[in-house]
Amino acid sequence: MEFQLTDAQRALQEAARKYAREVVRPKAAHYDETATFPRDLLSTAWELGLLNMAIPTEYGGVGLSHLEQVIVSEELSWGCAGVATSIIANDLANLPIILHGTEDQKKRLLGHFSERVKFSSFCLTEPEAGSDVANMQTTARREGDFYVLNGAKCFITNGGQAEQYTVFATVDKAKKHKGITCFVVEGRPKGLTPSKHENKMGQRASETVSLTFEDVRVPVANRIGEEGQGFAVAMSTLDNSRPLTAMFSVGIARAALEYSMEYASQRKTFGKPIIEHQAIQFMIADMAMNTHAARLLTYESAWLLDEGKRNTLQSSYAKSFAADMAMKVATDAVQVYGGYGYIKDYPVEKLMRDAKLIQVYEGTSQVQRLVIARELFK
Amino acid sequence: MKILVTAKRVEDPESKIKVKPDGSGIVQEGLKYKINPFDEIGVEEGLRLVAKHQGEVVVVSIGGKEVQEQLRHALAMGAHRAVWVNHTGPLDQLGIAGLLQKVVEKEKPDMVILGKQSIDDDQNQVGQYLAEFLGWGQATFASKVESLESEQEKNKVPALVVGADGKTVRVVREVDNGLATLECQLPAIVTTDLRLNQPRYASLPGIMKAKSKPIEELTPAKLGVDVTPAIQVLKMSAPPARKAGIKVADVPALVEKLHNEAKVV
Repeated sequence: MEFQLTDAQRALQEAARKYAREVVRPKAAHYDETATFPRDLLSTAWELGLLNMAIPTEYGGVGLSHLEQVIVSEELSWGCAGVATSIIANDLANLPIILHGTEDQKKRLLGHFSERVKFSSFCLTEPEAGSDVANMQTTARREGDFYVLNGAKCFITNGGQAEQYTVFATVDKAKKHKGITCFVVEGRPKGLTPSKHENKMGQRASETVSLTFEDVRVPVANRIGEEGQGFAVAMSTLDNSRPLTAMFSVGIARAALEYSMEYASQRKTFGKPIIEHQAIQFMIADMAMNTHAARLLTYESAWLLDEGKRNTLQSSYAKSFAADMAMKVATDAVQVYGGYGYIKDYPVEKLMRDAKLIQVYEGTSQVQRLVIARELFK
Repeated sequence: MKILVTAKRVEDPESKIKVKPDGSGIVQEGLKYKINPFDEIGVEEGLRLVAKHQGEVVVVSIGGKEVQEQLRHALAMGAHRAVWVNHTGPLDQLGIAGLLQKVVEKEKPDMVILGKQSIDDDQNQVGQYLAEFLGWGQATFASKVESLESEQEKNKVPALVVGADGKTVRVVREVDNGLATLECQLPAIVTTDLRLNQPRYASLPGIMKAKSKPIEELTPAKLGVDVTPAIQVLKMSAPPARKAGIKVADVPALVEKLHNEAKVV
């Protein structure tokens, strides 16, 4: 068992940290306040390879291992969780192709992401099918060499910016999850319409829209896997992406911890810096300890993937523990700051709003616990 | 053209530097290290020059195996290969210049770019010694007229201008009262100042590619250099801690203190 990063892993961490510190942090408050799309930050991210880090090198990507990806994710989220979500959205949308695409599909549907800045969106959630994926209402009807998609998706990251969409739809509602099938829609065809950007509580730099599909035609060649395999494609994608979102929590918590340590060393009450009060020391000790615990859980869940092992249990441990942890740590950071923590001129209330979303997206903390219990009693 | 650039491993200026209680050095434990920022500027300039004129950038570092981290950083930025002089004992500036001289004689570059100084002991000597040992021209404190926000900088145009015949280099130097431009015959030694360029970030693909770029290992013995130091560090000590300032009640009190105590007004 090794508890230290390799030279290359440290170099990746350092590169991502530099990007987060010098490019993202100075503009994080601006994009949070205006809830506009951080195109300049994401262009730099693309130049550095961050937008396509999961795509294998033979298809023009960086080909990072899962462990390397989570190491990078911590830094991105430390910079701004909203920007990190926008960056990782490409990975999430491309994972079904990376994991289940044919050689031809990988070449056609992954290769072009290295040519210029391009976004892709993962389209699974629907108004009536969130955690309850089997209740999917979006349909795919076969017509010759095409499928015709109809329905609506919601909470789609980068949906208004994307030039490629990975869409889940059912070929037969009666079959429940056995009807779900995965398709890749290229470009922005007629009938695919994004709504306006949702006005979110946190992670406001990531664009979130609803999409409607009206007779959107997809060639059969863009079906990922067979008809009815979509549910398995989606679940394996989420097994792969859960460590990344878990690590977003660690990035937020580390930022909250660092801000709290800095502030507690400067702010004085009763004639001494508040860090000399045991009440504050205990809070900060808990913040540090839980942040690190979540980091180690997440490293393990990513490492299992690199070893080719199933990580459903461990990635659910990591995601639920880390998300709940980040919410608590960010809330405590606001507490350490006292009244100032509640004011937007200070950096910690944003962390609290950003952390909340991780308890909700890509499987709520409650759904993660269902998965954990199901795995334990298998 | 072929450009040799140094990549010294130095303490990260963001780390807390503490002197050992016995004054024999600084506490290494818990310190972070990085490439000397002036050397990083040198790597960037080298990369811009070979992007324009073709050729290769070779980076060199001296130290234990840990300096490979800084060499890999330069390789991740885009340098083509690296030379590592494996040496862990004490070393002074003459020793460093002596080792670099032998590396230069072996590599035969058209130009050697070094940081004007390293941010750990701020000696500012090696570039000059090396020019003397080799009998080459030197242009120290290389800078440029354009700002770091200029179009030229955005387009990564090299600040060092190589003559059309490839036999000279024009260098803008930072001097006390402004900028001086001089022309130097190649091969030459150039040392970098802070405003020469803004080094690029190492990209993720760059880092992955750097893993398989070659690092050649040499030693002082292999190079035939006696590195016994001529200079010995006797003792290190931290600068005295600054005393806390005082608060004055009003402007007249401030003026009174500035006049009578500080005697500056």
